[in-house]
Amino acid sequence: MSGHSTFEPKHPALKWFESRLPLVGLLHSSFVSYPTPRNLNYWWTFGGILSLMLVCQIATGVVLVMHYTPHASMAFDSVEHIMRDVSYGWLLRYMHANGASMFFIAVYIHMFRGLYYGSYKAPREVLWILGCIIYLLMMATAFMGYVLPWGQMSFWGATVITNLFSAFPVVGPTIVEWLWGGFSVDNATLNRFFSLHYLLPFMIAGVVVLHVWALHVVGQNNPTGVEPKSEKDTVPFTPYATIKDGFGMVCFLIFFAWFLFYIPNYLGHADNYIPANPLVTPAHIVPEWYYLPFYAMLRAVPSKLGGVLTMFSAIIVLFFVPWLDTSKVRSGRYRPLFKQFFWIWIAVCIGLGWLGSKPAEGGYVIAGRILTVWYFAHFLIVLPLLGLFEKPKAVPASITEAVLGKNKGGAPASAGVSAPQTKG
Amino acid sequence: MSTTMSFRSFLLRPLAACALVLGIGFAPALAAEGAPHPPREDWSFAGPFGKYDRAQLQRGFQVFKEVCSSCHSAHLLAFRNLAQEGGPQFSEAQAKAVAESYQVQDGPNDAGDMFDRPGRLSDHWPSPFPNEQAARASNGGAYPPDFSTLAKARTYEVGFPGFLIDILLQYQEQGPDYIHALLNGYKDPPEGFSLPEGAHYNEFFPGHAIKMPQPISEGQVTYSDGSPETVEQYSHDVTAFMMWVAEPHLEARKRLGFQVMIFLIIFAGLLYFTKKKVWKSVEH
Amino acid sequence: MATSGTAEPTRRDFLYLATGAMGAVGAAALAWPFISQLQPDASVLAMSSTEVDLTQVAEGQIVTVKWRGKPVFVWNRTPEDIAKAKATALSALMDPVARNANLAADAPATDENRAAEGAGREKWLVVIGICTHLGCVPIGHSGEYDGWFCPCHGSEYDSAGRVRRGPAPENLAIPPYKFVSDTKISIG
Repeated sequence: MSGHSTFEPKHPALKWFESRLPLVGLLHSSFVSYPTPRNLNYWWTFGGILSLMLVCQIATGVVLVMHYTPHASMAFDSVEHIMRDVSYGWLLRYMHANGASMFFIAVYIHMFRGLYYGSYKAPREVLWILGCIIYLLMMATAFMGYVLPWGQMSFWGATVITNLFSAFPVVGPTIVEWLWGGFSVDNATLNRFFSLHYLLPFMIAGVVVLHVWALHVVGQNNPTGVEPKSEKDTVPFTPYATIKDGFGMVCFLIFFAWFLFYIPNYLGHADNYIPANPLVTPAHIVPEWYYLPFYAMLRAVPSKLGGVLTMFSAIIVLFFVPWLDTSKVRSGRYRPLFKQFFWIWIAVCIGLGWLGSKPAEGGYVIAGRILTVWYFAHFLIVLPLLGLFEKPKAVPASITEAVLGKNKGGAPASAGVSAPQTKG
Repeated sequence: MSTTMSFRSFLLRPLAACALVLGIGFAPALAAEGAPHPPREDWSFAGPFGKYDRAQLQRGFQVFKEVCSSCHSAHLLAFRNLAQEGGPQFSEAQAKAVAESYQVQDGPNDAGDMFDRPGRLSDHWPSPFPNEQAARASNGGAYPPDFSTLAKARTYEVGFPGFLIDILLQYQEQGPDYIHALLNGYKDPPEGFSLPEGAHYNEFFPGHAIKMPQPISEGQVTYSDGSPETVEQYSHDVTAFMMWVAEPHLEARKRLGFQVMIFLIIFAGLLYFTKKKVWKSVEH
Repeated sequence: MATSGTAEPTRRDFLYLATGAMGAVGAAALAWPFISQLQPDASVLAMSSTEVDLTQVAEGQIVTVKWRGKPVFVWNRTPEDIAKAKATALSALMDPVARNANLAADAPATDENRAAEGAGREKWLVVIGICTHLGCVPIGHSGEYDGWFCPCHGSEYDSAGRVRRGPAPENLAIPPYKFVSDTKISIG
């Protein structure tokens, strides 16, 4: 396992090129020889899965634009034209629509993994914040993309979300009119959303490059949260991580294909198959599932501005997690209390998501308030206090020690050819 | 340990409160929805290997043509679709004959006038009304919805845990269920129900007061294949037809899906063993 | 693969090969929908035919109609135009093939094969109005051969729409069309 060498080109032509632009060397050191902690579990494959989903969304999106018409009177029919007349149009459109949901499923798992194993802690704060920016950009992109088919949910989703900005005093109404480019959501709104929906994914791709760059500066975290101390603690990215990521990706694609081919409209709304009608609001306005927890928080607060601020704060608070968590121990694996609070917080998020899909009345609102308070308390009270009061379990001295300990001190690391296989 | 305990009780209390509140929250919400769930029907196009029943689509088309289309449009349906694979699969000559039996507006001609001509395969299904206002004016203010995507635009709430089970069952025929139930849901209003003028009582329509009178009655359409001429049969057939209009490539989708699934599962298996081989000498 | 195998190299190599091949097949199959979507879609393929009322075309006049987004010239030729076209020997032509979608692909470019079929219909010439060089629309009743002249690169066509001077390589194409009545044709 001494594959951590730097890239040395042998072919003269490649040598010539490398001395002018060390591109292959960069790729080699980033994706081949890059040292990866040997104990990464399958939760770490979601970074690769997310890259795959970003590529999938951009590729299908570019192709869909070849057939889509961004005009209030033609958008709905042009999407149906894709579904009916374009060769494999139904496949590409369903890939794009379901791909957005898959992207969010993967990003939530990726974020939860980071939160559980303390991947945001020093020295990975910048890496974490870049991730939060990507998440914000994803939300904006997905929102504008959902407007493009110009169905009832597109239209009313756009109306409700843009109206959030009217909550800001003095400038609010002007901001909203400027967002709309008119006095209501209309053709001008559709066109600018279309333009931005095409632009933002490339900005996401740019921030992803920074995210990966930051990752490769500080190195990957791992389930123990102990930094690699020797070469024994790591393996080269290729083939070890690549093959594992590849397996993770294909498993994820099976999950994706289940929705894509068999229940492609499950994650959407029936109302979005009704063309937009500015005169009639659907009975139940519900955002896409990935916004539901935030939607529940918005409705939990009785004041308009308060609700909007609460909702935005729920995302902004994530940026400060590296400093809110005061614990000296990084991984949740060795933090018995944190572990429990983590799972409670996950349940709170799911509960908020469920409440977001319910009408804003009676018990739902009260439950929404309790869970919203808990959501913020987790970050603002629980995380700071836990670091002070919690007694963590003993942390292993190194990754290798943790791995061998788990395998009951079996064969030495690099010669354990016949060692029993452990779960991935 | 004592810290742990106090933390536990600290978190248990709000959770219990939560559960209580949620429990209370259920009752009014369910009561508010009122309308009974449409029963789930046995659709030939449901499930991973679902296919449309050609004869059923042809009968459904007949019902649509003879009954529904006098009020409802289907502007995304082209005559050529009637002959396309995965649909009712009329022969091209039959589809052409249907097209030619309709007058389609074309133009302007060299004199600048619009004119009517017999339909062609490339034409779309002509709408019964020139615009929405005209449709409303002729239908007591209600707009008969367009059939193009209607079967996918209707649904009913499944609730927990049914909505999760539907993922595993791959069930997404809520739209057809609702339409079928609606067509069979005309009843006399229960005592005390005040029906607005010009409305009809329907068990499954949200709010129960629907502007559309019972659209079809027994024996109204004459089938040539000996199928029963009942409302139950008519509604099944026309609903299946509407589903095809809304999702014309359903069969191709499920067929490709099966191939992709087989591929992915084999590929995942190969990757798993490759991964095991690669990692064989590294404990992790 | 970076690891050097010690045991059972053949089985391992086969596994790697099979996995790699499977991945390549998958990638290629995935690329297909992205390429396939480029082809003309079903609505374009089914696009309707165009009908032309010939009573509106006076003798000597060329009208332009649109068919599948392209200009089609319908020329009511004078007897002189026809006579000139008939007098031209096949050997004098740059492209001796009729290029008539209604005839066999190797039919010779005689005036009979270029003009409309049937008694009394030889005065009708129906051609796609796109220069076979690089797609410009030629100008009617002009050029040395009294047919069309292409302003882009100077190609000239005669009164049967046959190319007489380069750089265009082929005669103007004749679209599929038929007479639905004596005074009406349907193109496509």
